[in-house]
Amino acid sequence: MAKSKHNTEDYLQMYRQMVRIRTFEDNANQLYLSAKMPGLTHMYSGEEAVAVGICEALEITDKITSTHRGHGHCVAKGAEFKEMFCELLGKEEGYCRGKGGSMHIADQSNGNLGANAIVGGSMGIATGSAFTSKMLGTGDVTVCFFGDGATAQGLWYEVMNMAALWNLPVIYACENNGYSEYTKTEEIAAGSITARAEAFGIEAHQVDGQDVLAVNELTQKLVARARKGEGPFFMELMTYRYHGHHVGDINREYYRSKDEEKDWKDNRDPIIRFRGWMVEQGIATEEEIEAMNAEIKADAKAAVEYALEAKYPDVSEVDMHVYVGVEHALA
Amino acid sequence: MRQITLSQAVNEALAEEMRRDETVFIIGEDVAEAGTPFKVLAGLVEEFGTSRVVDTPIAEPGFMGIAVGAAMTGTRPVVDLMFGDFIYLIMDQLCNQAAKTHYMSGGKLKVPLVLRTNLGATRRSAAQHSQSLHALVAHIPGLKVAMPSSAYEAKGLMKTAIRDDNPVVIFEDKLMYNDKAPVPEEEYLIPFGEANIKREGTDITLIGTSSMVQVCEKAAEILAGEGISAEVIDPRTIVPLDEATLLKSARKTSRVIVVDEGHQSYGVTGEIASRINEKAFYHLDAPVLRMGAMDVPVPFSPALEDITVPTPEGVAENARRLMSGEMIHAA
Ligand SMILES: Cc1ncc(C[n+]2csc(CCOP(=O)(O)OP(=O)(O)O)c2C)c(N)n1
Ligand SMILES: [Mg+2]
Repeated sequence: MAKSKHNTEDYLQMYRQMVRIRTFEDNANQLYLSAKMPGLTHMYSGEEAVAVGICEALEITDKITSTHRGHGHCVAKGAEFKEMFCELLGKEEGYCRGKGGSMHIADQSNGNLGANAIVGGSMGIATGSAFTSKMLGTGDVTVCFFGDGATAQGLWYEVMNMAALWNLPVIYACENNGYSEYTKTEEIAAGSITARAEAFGIEAHQVDGQDVLAVNELTQKLVARARKGEGPFFMELMTYRYHGHHVGDINREYYRSKDEEKDWKDNRDPIIRFRGWMVEQGIATEEEIEAMNAEIKADAKAAVEYALEAKYPDVSEVDMHVYVGVEHALA
Repeated sequence: MRQITLSQAVNEALAEEMRRDETVFIIGEDVAEAGTPFKVLAGLVEEFGTSRVVDTPIAEPGFMGIAVGAAMTGTRPVVDLMFGDFIYLIMDQLCNQAAKTHYMSGGKLKVPLVLRTNLGATRRSAAQHSQSLHALVAHIPGLKVAMPSSAYEAKGLMKTAIRDDNPVVIFEDKLMYNDKAPVPEEEYLIPFGEANIKREGTDITLIGTSSMVQVCEKAAEILAGEGISAEVIDPRTIVPLDEATLLKSARKTSRVIVVDEGHQSYGVTGEIASRINEKAFYHLDAPVLRMGAMDVPVPFSPALEDITVPTPEGVAENARRLMSGEMIHAA
């Protein structure tokens, strides 16, 4: 584990947030398996240290853009279970009134500009958000989350060029989980990913995405420098998704072995590693940790029950929010 | 006759054409071992190898551009675009390059490629994975557009598309991949620009594209029970459009409803309706009605999504109103 620079409360918060993500995902997966959730969803389980390590280095006013695998980013940036589950189930009280669903969750209140169902689709948005920050002098930093697969999108190279030319306060955070859908990263990425950012003169780092302290420490430094106008930066976070590409991707041995999955889960799990470290350092006892886990589980259960009972939006909402300032587009 | 799924029909068409012509190849994301997320291409890589079933990074403009160049120089690419919604990413390569090359070169160059993609809502996939965008490309001179309504059409139209020397875009309905239909063992092709009269009738004409053909057939069934005889026509390709068959039916029945899953405004329904108005006006007893998808982004919530697409009940209701002579100002 990387060296610490935090107080007990920070550590507990990081642990708590990672467990909240894992618990959220376990429940979301269960909703899918029991046919209670419309459509499909992409699980973040296994990658918790990335979202939490980064978001714990941000202020509430800092912005993030998220991906199709976005529940983790959303929780880590401060979202509530209840509104999230409501959104996953298409209910009126969801963060997007049921209009977005899993792949489009956005949480304006915490600076989450939204998940995105277009791979790489948020790279322009994140860079534009950093543009605003510079132009209006807000001091906000924007983190752009995307996967290894998204590095194949041309848009990234266009916006990196401009971000570097204009010193924008944006951090491009590539979650390299080794796969894009059913394809290994080495089959879709030529050369080195960090070198691509470096080609634009952008400072690039590779970090163990299963080590929440390492991620957090690096992010804190980069965020502070980005605020001073030293951005942009690039981080490649080496991580792993535990589930299939989406919840329906169950028979996946043709592209990824069970042994490989087991190895990551048994030996590199971000939550188990951090928990062990906290106990070792005397930050929390096993009992305290178990109590925290139980509380989070109960929270999630209550939120799921609430969301299942919650009501769908009234059909009259279908043509609302098409245009700003027009109550009903088709009236 | 044997029954096969739409997915198998497409697979067979591709396999047969690849055996017949060694310049035919498939290119796109997760097309090889994975056989696409919808498994439509399963098994093709085993027979044709990775040099003819080519997996790409997530770089749609890139592989579309490569296909255009490859087509101009002696091959016949079949580009696999995983979701029709991603067509926005490849618009320049498709519409500025592929569509115009033959014309701009004074007939000297040609681009014999097929773009396979899909359309269709109600899969709970939200606004960026549910669109029906065929009108966008049908608007561009130089592109042909096919819209199979069953496994039978999917196979016959695909084979014709591959042999056509022009860029052809085929939109399959992603909800129909597992739908079975009778498909002969023997080879057959379906020529472009030949509508299919699915059901004969005398009182009203229902023109439907893609899965809306089934919607029209179900509506016709409902209407038959009420003594209204509806004719159902499937244009099969919207570019070229078999105007003669549509006009003949309009003149015969004097009432027409056009049903299509693209947004209603500025769409396929409007185009077909206005051609009928222009050329069969004096034979009509009622205005030609358009029924498209509601003019809103596709909402995630099932409660909202289901009301955005035409239904058999909705078509039947409009047919009744046309039959009763009610003055209709379509919504
Ligand atoms: C532009 C675009 N192309 C293709 C897809 C289909 N798709 C969804 S997720 C995905 C893989 C993304 O891989 P990566 O960026 O590594 O993210 P991960 O799923 O591993 O988190 C693909 C190809 C899409 N949503 N958008
Ligand atoms: Mg990935």
